[in-house]
Amino acid sequence: MEREKNKNTTTEISQGQIDLLAKLCNAMAVSGDEEEVRQIILEELKPLALDVKVDALGNVLVTRNGSAENKVRVMIAAHMDEIGFMLVNDEEGGLFEFVAIGGIDERQLVGKSVIVGKDHLPGVIGAKPIHLTTPEERKTALKLDQMRIDLGVDIGKKVKPGDRATFATKFAQIGPSIRAKALDDRLGVVNLLEIIKHAPENIDLLAAFTTQEEVGLRGAGVAAYHFDPQIGIALDSTPANDLPVWDAEEENTRYNTKLDHGPAIYLMDAATIADRRLVDWLVSSAEAEHIPWQYRQPNLGGTDAGAIHKVREGVPSVSVSVPQRYIHTAAGMIRLEDWANTLRLMQAALGRLTPKVLNR
Amino acid sequence: MNDLIKKLVETPGPSGYEDKIRAAVQEEIQDFADDIRVDALGNLIARKGKKQAGGMRIMISSHIDEIGLMVTHVDANGFVRFIGIGGINPLTCLGGRVLFMNGTRGVIGMEKTDGKEIPTLDKLFIDVGANNQQDCPVGVGDVCGFERPFVVLGNKLVAKSMDDRIAAVVSIETMRALIESPHEVYFVFSVQEEVGLRGAITAAYGVDPDLGLAIDVTRSGDTPKTIKMETALGKGPAIKVRDASFIADPRVVSWMVNTAKQEDIPYQMEVLEAGGTDGRAIQLTRAGVPAGCLSIACRYIHSPSEMVDANDVKNAVKLLTALLSKEVLLA
Repeated sequence: MEREKNKNTTTEISQGQIDLLAKLCNAMAVSGDEEEVRQIILEELKPLALDVKVDALGNVLVTRNGSAENKVRVMIAAHMDEIGFMLVNDEEGGLFEFVAIGGIDERQLVGKSVIVGKDHLPGVIGAKPIHLTTPEERKTALKLDQMRIDLGVDIGKKVKPGDRATFATKFAQIGPSIRAKALDDRLGVVNLLEIIKHAPENIDLLAAFTTQEEVGLRGAGVAAYHFDPQIGIALDSTPANDLPVWDAEEENTRYNTKLDHGPAIYLMDAATIADRRLVDWLVSSAEAEHIPWQYRQPNLGGTDAGAIHKVREGVPSVSVSVPQRYIHTAAGMIRLEDWANTLRLMQAALGRLTPKVLNR
Repeated sequence: MNDLIKKLVETPGPSGYEDKIRAAVQEEIQDFADDIRVDALGNLIARKGKKQAGGMRIMISSHIDEIGLMVTHVDANGFVRFIGIGGINPLTCLGGRVLFMNGTRGVIGMEKTDGKEIPTLDKLFIDVGANNQQDCPVGVGDVCGFERPFVVLGNKLVAKSMDDRIAAVVSIETMRALIESPHEVYFVFSVQEEVGLRGAITAAYGVDPDLGLAIDVTRSGDTPKTIKMETALGKGPAIKVRDASFIADPRVVSWMVNTAKQEDIPYQMEVLEAGGTDGRAIQLTRAGVPAGCLSIACRYIHSPSEMVDANDVKNAVKLLTALLSKEVLLA
């Protein structure tokens, strides 16, 4: 949990994994149309020759059975979809009225470059420039219905209402950090792929790359119904509100998580009270392997665990997230070290998972 | 019955942390149940009887969780910040005492305010008597419930977590009283009701009942300048017609009303504008289930001093026992 501990660990993230994450982040998969990301995942899974199925809601469901006795059936979910926009009205001249899909702070949208539709056509969420605004106008944020996506006259003819759009931000590695859009939850996706590739034999791994998480955990519920697991785990990303507090008298008591402090283990959010037995299992695994970890402060928000744990006769569930600054904006930021430690924690924990973890 | 009430209301069990209260209930029902199991989420499910000719599989759900607090941060001086588990009113927190699952006690304090605004939970903190972060006996994720002893005020019974331990008492006493029944009755002591009926959702799926009833508290309209509501303490158990999340099956409502009349048990009708109970979770499970709710009118709900009437509790046991003793005709 201490920053110092990080110094003793080395990043195990390979260039191949970074490249895969880049490809996943640059792809567009706004909730309800996850095809681009699904194709990348199916491509990655092909050489593994596992039982792979795409269900009615578009979830990619992968079963990888272990060979040991007393296996635990573990469902791990990472959502493919990202927040974004949908064009709703063609106002001609390349201007489109649009709505937000998923949780977006509309104050953050003005002036952002976006990509629209399957061909990632370039557009911008424009606004009146500073030359023409009054000081009074600049005090209030523009509302979504005052903004338009502008694609220009020609390109505008190639898209239509119903098409999705997302931020145009390109993936970049910046020293020890990564800056990209859609790290929520392509990081989870890349980690789940890695877990599938190196799954331990003591578990039946039921991996779900889920759809429509950002609009209400919709894919994960049906995926859990299909798998009927004993344990549910959501791999996700969560805000790090760890920037300095300018008033030196004050203590930042509401950071949610902090960068460089390792994977964030959930206790409670608006959708789930994490099963304490699973929390303790994760914490003891991290401690045993000297992997930095942190609790995500109990807070609002929700992950796929919120849907999984209420399916059928119930599924004890927990979530693990990579801390991320500026989540749900055009550009989030994470640390490679937190990514590596999240993967390390999951591998350590899954390797020591036995049915005893569920003893009351 | 007061000994049982005291035992249950004074056992802590915030949502998701029901181990202790479940053990306490299990101890009480051991002798009356034909079969007991705990499901994956921690619901305690006790079967009594076997389905006979004219009988049904009936689920009776009373939730054993209560509202509580979870630690979000311990500051440098050892003060504990928290978030609510379930619907916490900041006003009823002030000056309150809490008991953590690890035995630590604390009192709730507040930052300086202008005295005009109702404080939000992030302005409150728990003082456990620590001097700094290092010697604080609780940390992020530790859970506490309110602490307040059970008291008897004439006919009225007062405690924290009457919501919904008084319903657990009704279930337990009904299990004791139920001798003859054509039904296979599943008494469910459900978890995580206060955060969204979560336990009842999975319990109802598992029990797969033909008919379901939630037992819960409801608001009362019988205190000074309060909400307009028909229910009052001492007028008998309340038969729910609707709340914000649920419309009781009218056939179930009629069955409950008719039984109360036949058995000469006082009752009152409940129409609640807010709230929700396990009844909703039962109703919407699988292909749908006829469901209703038997309520106990309660004053000061979600405060550390929830008040019910002893006669309402006794009559609720009588009514529930009568309901379960005979064939159910839904028409």
